[in-house]
Amino acid sequence: MSNEINVPTMASLFAEGKEPEVLFWVGCAGSFDDRAKKITKAFVRLLNKAGINFAVLGTEESCSGDPAKRVGNEFLFQMQAVTNIEILNGYGVKKIVTACPHCFNTIKNEYPELGGNYEVLHHTQFLKQLFEEGRLSLEGGSFKGKRITYHDPCYLGRANDVYEAPRELIRKLDAELVEMKNCKKRGLCCGAGGAQMFKEPEKGDKDVNIERTEQALETRPDIIAAACPFCNTMMTDGIKNKEKEASIAVMDITELLARAADL
Amino acid sequence: MEYLQNILFAIALVLGIAFFTRNVRRLARNIKLGKEVDLSDNASTRWRNMAMIALGQSKMVVRPVAGIMHVIVYLGFIIINIEVLEIIIDGLLGTHRVFAFMGGFYDFLIASFEVLALLVIVAVIVFWLRRNIIRLQRFIKPEMKGWPEKDGNLILYIELVLMILFLTMNASDLQLQQLGAPHYNEAGAFPVSQFIAPLFEGLSIGTLVLIERSAWWLHILGILFFLNYLYYSKHLHILLAFPNTYYGSLNPKGQFANLESVTREVRLMMDPSADPYAAPAEDAPPPEKFGASDVMDLKWIQLLNAYSCTECGRCTSECPANQTGKKLSPRKIMMDTRDRLEEVGRNITANKGNFVEDGKQLLDDYISREELWACTSCNACVEACPISIDPLSIIMDMRQYLVMEQSAAPSDLNSMMGNIENNGAPWPFNQMDRLNWASES
Ligand code: SF4
Ligand code: SF4
Repeated sequence: MSNEINVPTMASLFAEGKEPEVLFWVGCAGSFDDRAKKITKAFVRLLNKAGINFAVLGTEESCSGDPAKRVGNEFLFQMQAVTNIEILNGYGVKKIVTACPHCFNTIKNEYPELGGNYEVLHHTQFLKQLFEEGRLSLEGGSFKGKRITYHDPCYLGRANDVYEAPRELIRKLDAELVEMKNCKKRGLCCGAGGAQMFKEPEKGDKDVNIERTEQALETRPDIIAAACPFCNTMMTDGIKNKEKEASIAVMDITELLARAADL
Repeated sequence: MEYLQNILFAIALVLGIAFFTRNVRRLARNIKLGKEVDLSDNASTRWRNMAMIALGQSKMVVRPVAGIMHVIVYLGFIIINIEVLEIIIDGLLGTHRVFAFMGGFYDFLIASFEVLALLVIVAVIVFWLRRNIIRLQRFIKPEMKGWPEKDGNLILYIELVLMILFLTMNASDLQLQQLGAPHYNEAGAFPVSQFIAPLFEGLSIGTLVLIERSAWWLHILGILFFLNYLYYSKHLHILLAFPNTYYGSLNPKGQFANLESVTREVRLMMDPSADPYAAPAEDAPPPEKFGASDVMDLKWIQLLNAYSCTECGRCTSECPANQTGKKLSPRKIMMDTRDRLEEVGRNITANKGNFVEDGKQLLDDYISREELWACTSCNACVEACPISIDPLSIIMDMRQYLVMEQSAAPSDLNSMMGNIENNGAPWPFNQMDRLNWASES
């Protein structure tokens, strides 16, 4: 696995008078969370392999404001949004790709009214396009015969009706895609959304991520595929709770593709 | 004396409709207590949604058993109401089966009403079994205790009785037709009630007329009662599902409305030429209350949602918080909103059109903070609702009130917000370290 990754920043490209094809919005989890950073890097490796002319905002990026908005702090959300929009518009950004469904949803749906109009893609949509355009291809094989179940992130699925792009990518792996009893429109939340990630759950019989992990386990998977850094954390915790971490991996779709491509 | 029946009928009809009109007025008044929001856009999409979701019941069949049965009862309800039109005309004019002149088509109509009536009886029995014998989880949750549970059953009983009356009426009519009783001309086909008719064999014409008239009267009085029962029942959805699906959100479910009042403030703060210490202009409107602590703070569409809710519990049974034993139930959010709105409405009626402060509100007196904070904003409830109700939007508006008006978020969330404010991330990491991942191995 090569560790050499090339991550140009918007500021440096701008200084050279260049413009990237797409801005990669990394997000807070992708920037700071140890597990999510691996997803970020896997995605960058795929971008590098496909020869995509992209850039990140780096230290100019700030929280999209999603957790603030779902908590009910509209003020903080809009402050974040307006600050980010100012920077994005300053660089004349037109197209954004992100590996976080929460950033994806917020920037795509809630920024336009505040002056931020971009074409926003989730990384699964973007990667699917790259395959379709022939800019990425897979020999495949390393996942042959593996059972993979896919957990729909609420903010990608129900919130934005993206169900097929991630599944199509999984199908490229030559593995067996097995669906959980609650999937797509009826997918069960991992328990992290609405800023639950940042607080203790309310009193109940069970944690939501355990319930979801049990549904995943019913499919007897080798791998639980995720498409959101927060879902990834919740499902990883669930698998640890069930002491299955030795036999079942929780991986982002990007990571699956990067591994299949020997990156 | 000759016109006594007609006069009594006219009185019953006028009273029934007058009472119904009064209820509709109250309903409209209460819904208008909500805040203004303009939903007059995209009329064609909205009509289509209404046709698909309310008329076509497209979301009911996600659960096939309940869905198909519901379609039957619903069709039965609509189609048998054509019969009510005939009953009203007969009642007012003293005619009998006034539409009989349609001949073969009339026979077809009556025959299909009868078949539907039978299907409705079957469906109603199955629904009753699901609620009372099988006791499906979603019908026995805590918020269903008391009136909601009774209401659910009462509607089934009323429907059952109405259908039986309808068939009894036809059966005795058929018998009278065969006996050649005066006034009872031969009309209609009776594929179902012909099997009930033998029960009436050997009865005199007088007795049969009594049975037929009683069934006829009870049937129409029952319908008038039902019409007026709606306002007090979850059955209001048979009317409100239509406007409710028409005005349902057309945006992606993940898109939460941006508060305009906040946008204005933020713009002012970001404007380098604005004087932060300037006194507000004389004519500036008083600062708006952020979020919702009571029903008047909600938008009218959310109040319409509350009145439309059928209490079916599809939302709650899909809710991850509820499934894992948390107190939150999106159905309860809707029921509480309606109950509080009714309370406010009664207050206004009692005080001649003005609301007199009653020391209560939706927050805490009906919906607890524990419920509000348990929501993951996953939209499962919104997706599940067969008539486009959005419980999540109420939860979010109430959270806004808690956070922006009361600074009453759980402490973990306060630190999260503090981090975003200071470092631009929900965790205590420095924004300057945001790109470190690129150079770490
Ligand atoms: S959005 Fe909230 S209330 Fe609705 S199903 Fe999800 S957790 Fe439950
Ligand atoms: S909100 Fe919708 S799904 Fe929930 S109980 Fe009411 S009608 Fe049923």
